[in-house]
Amino acid sequence: MTAATTRTALAGAFALALALAGCAGGADQPGEGGDGVRGPVTVLAAASLTEAFTRLGDEFEAAHPGATVTFGFAGSAALATQVNQGAPADVFAAASPATMRPVTDAGNAADAPATFARNQLVIAVPEGNPGRVGALADLTRPGVKVALCAEQVPCGAAARTALAAAGVALTPVTLESDVKGALAKVRLGEVDAALVYRTDATAAASQVDAVEFPESARAVNDYPIVVLRQAGNPTAARAFVAYVLSERGRAALAAAGFQPPRA
Amino acid sequence: MVRPPAPAPRRRVPGRQAPLALFVPAGLGLAFLVLPLAGLLARAPWATLPQRLAAPGVLTALRLSLLTATGATLLCLVLGVPLAWVLARVRFPGRRLVRALVTVPLVLPPVVGGVALLLVFGRRGLLGGWLDATLGVTLPFTTAGVVLAEAFVAMPFLVIAVEGALRAADARYEEAAATLGAGRWATFTHVTLPLVAPGVAAGAVLCWARALGEFGATITFAGNFPGRTQTMPLAVYLALETDLEAAIVLSLVLLTVSVAILAGLRDRWVTGP
Repeated sequence: MTAATTRTALAGAFALALALAGCAGGADQPGEGGDGVRGPVTVLAAASLTEAFTRLGDEFEAAHPGATVTFGFAGSAALATQVNQGAPADVFAAASPATMRPVTDAGNAADAPATFARNQLVIAVPEGNPGRVGALADLTRPGVKVALCAEQVPCGAAARTALAAAGVALTPVTLESDVKGALAKVRLGEVDAALVYRTDATAAASQVDAVEFPESARAVNDYPIVVLRQAGNPTAARAFVAYVLSERGRAALAAAGFQPPRA
Repeated sequence: MVRPPAPAPRRRVPGRQAPLALFVPAGLGLAFLVLPLAGLLARAPWATLPQRLAAPGVLTALRLSLLTATGATLLCLVLGVPLAWVLARVRFPGRRLVRALVTVPLVLPPVVGGVALLLVFGRRGLLGGWLDATLGVTLPFTTAGVVLAEAFVAMPFLVIAVEGALRAADARYEEAAATLGAGRWATFTHVTLPLVAPGVAAGAVLCWARALGEFGATITFAGNFPGRTQTMPLAVYLALETDLEAAIVLSLVLLTVSVAILAGLRDRWVTGP
């Protein structure tokens, strides 16, 4: 219900924005393919970008009626492997510079990656916080089950950094292969807590509560995005990346709980 | 599927009489199945193979895989053989439905099986909540949970094999045993089981091989933790996140074990003329 309302509100705001743009733009119709932005764009993006990018994709398609955006969301590292194995994609957005590096190292990026957002960890707990988790140290209490991301994926690497910064040594019950997997275990009530990105906790706010912890400031993830060398539709790919970096893209990302990149 | 085919005294069609047009798709089909395996062999980092195999994580995952697959097979034997017997020997209303239900895990995506297991045996599941509260037993994130996930996916293989063997077996031996005074249990253990032993063995091996390869239900229900729930397929998936070569090595180990199993089984269920 709330999602539907939000969507309607967004669509309304969007129609208005489009109308205004149309008035201001005069004869030049940006959506009619005058800028060459048309056709399919395939974007491989970190699982934590699912909600924000899905919304951005809708907005992008509305702004460029000839273009369609298709997303593949998964763990950043798995996506990087797919890109390097020649997956047919136009854009790659990772949840950390470390998972972007294999792609740039292999020469599969068309440009230098641009940082477009930052994300911070929170402790996600089932609604009502049955495990009474208030701080990172509570996660080591006996009987408290914790899910982490595997350290091979960015949320796991960030969790490891944050735990080290806090001097907390904990044994999780599972190391999930991406952040959504860790969050799902919280939603199901199978674990009492998981370290996930704030944006993921925000997206699942109806089912999980988020507990902020100060040490998360020591493990902030920068999100890089790049147009791929193998892109079949480089014009639209560049337009999408530009859209993500634009004011409107930044607003959508902020609404999902992301922070703007460091100036 | 697994039942040893009855020796058919049919005359064989000599190869040169077969339509030539069939050989092309047949060859392509074979290549399609074998090429990926060849790809694995071609890309394997043979030079560093020994060191990679000796890496502690590999042996831990392999040991856990062998242990849980064996546990799952034992569980399937204990529950699946009686189930197959009931399906083959007892007439009851709804038997077709039960038989269909038994084979559902064969076609169900394993991830769905994992979700379903969570909803029943999870901490907030139908039975799991009770297990946790009264017995203090939680199954997700435990090795027992892995066994459960593997058994769920692998049991149909055993049931189908054993049921097929039971149907093919001559029921007159059982009747003879009964007329000679053997009780039902004695008949089952002394006549029926030995009669279908080859079918049970073939089903058990197939069940074991399927359990060894289980991924989706395991990662969904039991999670992923080295030494406790991280089996070989999970290790392969996670290795792929960072190190393609490590993933290839792990895959190679699984491939070797699987091929060895199937080669050992060859006479049982792919008997050719």
